[in-house]
Amino acid sequence: MAMDAGTLIIGACQTGVQLAASLRELGDTSPITLVGEEPHAPYQRPPLSKELHGGTIDVAALSLRTADWYRGQDISLITGERIVHLERDNDGGAATSAGGRTFRFSRLALATGAAVRRLPLEGAELAGVHYLRDASDAARLAADLAAARDVVVIGGGFIGLEVAAGARAAGKRVTVLEAAPRLVGRAVAEETSEYFRAAHQRRGTLVVLDAQITRLAGTGGQVAGVELADGTQVSADVVLIGVGVVPRTELAEQLGLAVENGIEVDEHGLCSDGRTVAAGDCANLPNPYVRGSGGRVRMESVPHALEHAKTAAAALLGRREPYRMLPWFWSDQGDIKLQIAGLSAGFDQTVLRGDPEADKFSLLYYREGKIIAADCVNSAADFMAVRNALARGQDIPAAAAADVGARLKQLTREPAVA
Amino acid sequence: MPKVTFIQPDGLQNVLDAEAETSVMRVAVSNGLPGIVAECGGSAMCATCHVYIEDGYLDGLPEMSEVEDEMLDCTASERCANSRLSCQLPVVSDLAVRLPDAQV
Repeated sequence: MAMDAGTLIIGACQTGVQLAASLRELGDTSPITLVGEEPHAPYQRPPLSKELHGGTIDVAALSLRTADWYRGQDISLITGERIVHLERDNDGGAATSAGGRTFRFSRLALATGAAVRRLPLEGAELAGVHYLRDASDAARLAADLAAARDVVVIGGGFIGLEVAAGARAAGKRVTVLEAAPRLVGRAVAEETSEYFRAAHQRRGTLVVLDAQITRLAGTGGQVAGVELADGTQVSADVVLIGVGVVPRTELAEQLGLAVENGIEVDEHGLCSDGRTVAAGDCANLPNPYVRGSGGRVRMESVPHALEHAKTAAAALLGRREPYRMLPWFWSDQGDIKLQIAGLSAGFDQTVLRGDPEADKFSLLYYREGKIIAADCVNSAADFMAVRNALARGQDIPAAAAADVGARLKQLTREPAVA
Repeated sequence: MPKVTFIQPDGLQNVLDAEAETSVMRVAVSNGLPGIVAECGGSAMCATCHVYIEDGYLDGLPEMSEVEDEMLDCTASERCANSRLSCQLPVVSDLAVRLPDAQV
């Protein structure tokens, strides 16, 4: 029998670190190697879009674990090595990096994450045009933002709005260009989209919906503006393109694993070969809260990454613990704190609670008379009440929910027996 | 370097060094200390970094924001007068906190 070469985790990120930590917590004493392509030890990504406006990014301060922790847990952390080739055999397999290093493994976990979706725009190569995914992107963007007067954000999703809010608060002239008829269309209903448009406009950001971008214009290799199809020219010293991400599946494809909007895994985090696991942003998984889409979803959030990593770690050790977490998300946009509990797709009724113009409200989503999700803006208590109710299979009757004098926690009921 | 003492529900104590201004939550998580979950990574979004401040350390802590106050109403373990979210507490001097029985 071959010696246990241990577990190789590809992706030194939030998911990868949690996978390694969970393996140790579950009693795994075999070697663990955590390999990532970035030069930094694993760090928190969500603060990147919020901490840009001081001109620099302190990656060390965002580290997920101390160097002592990796030593103490006997986890071999290898940074700056991009795995480009994977091979499987009966004992496990081997991974080869772009730098020519080979890593043997008995068990394999993919935490390859996602890459920004790139727009094939004329002028996208100009200096001052940015994408934002990792700490290096953030450092470059932060440096350019510090000197910028006009900032254009292409894409009215969470990342774009978070950066826009910060830039506006720092006194920049900010324009958000969204190709769709509303903001954050992928994640929220029209009422919440309209709130974000109005709220960012109130704070002095110009929001352009249905924006058709023709090209980015430059002078001397530096971006100077964005041209729209209707002839509008928007001045720009900095352009941030934030139009979503695509899961990184190329290594999974090398192994012949099933891939469809992410690496397909079962409820235990196992890939189609029944032995590799995939977790976090790169994985497409079944979730009991998904309506439609074959009950499958790919999620981009820290709570998901942590929970999914725990599931996958258990599976690597032969334990089967199905992933059942209620999806939840958040976005920090300056003084606007959005928390989303549940998945609203498929709703047939909404209840507005509170006052969007006062930047404090919740939009509750119902389907067939039962609550399924909520968007909560500066309404943490509502968020926690809905999250807890959904996770426990309870309901918050729509008829009473609009009354801000009543606390949602107190309105929570066991579901009516059909 | 200030020290933060974390007291587990069973009484076990860990004393950890903290970089000044790091949050109490980050000190716990970066050292892999059990008992602080911090699902949201420090944005006061999840209420899973709940701690009870030990006697004698309450003074000098930053005032509680409305968000922290609302989130503390929904913690997994009972809220007490000395409850705080550790992600909202920068370490400025020595501190001792007790961890709740459950965070989720």
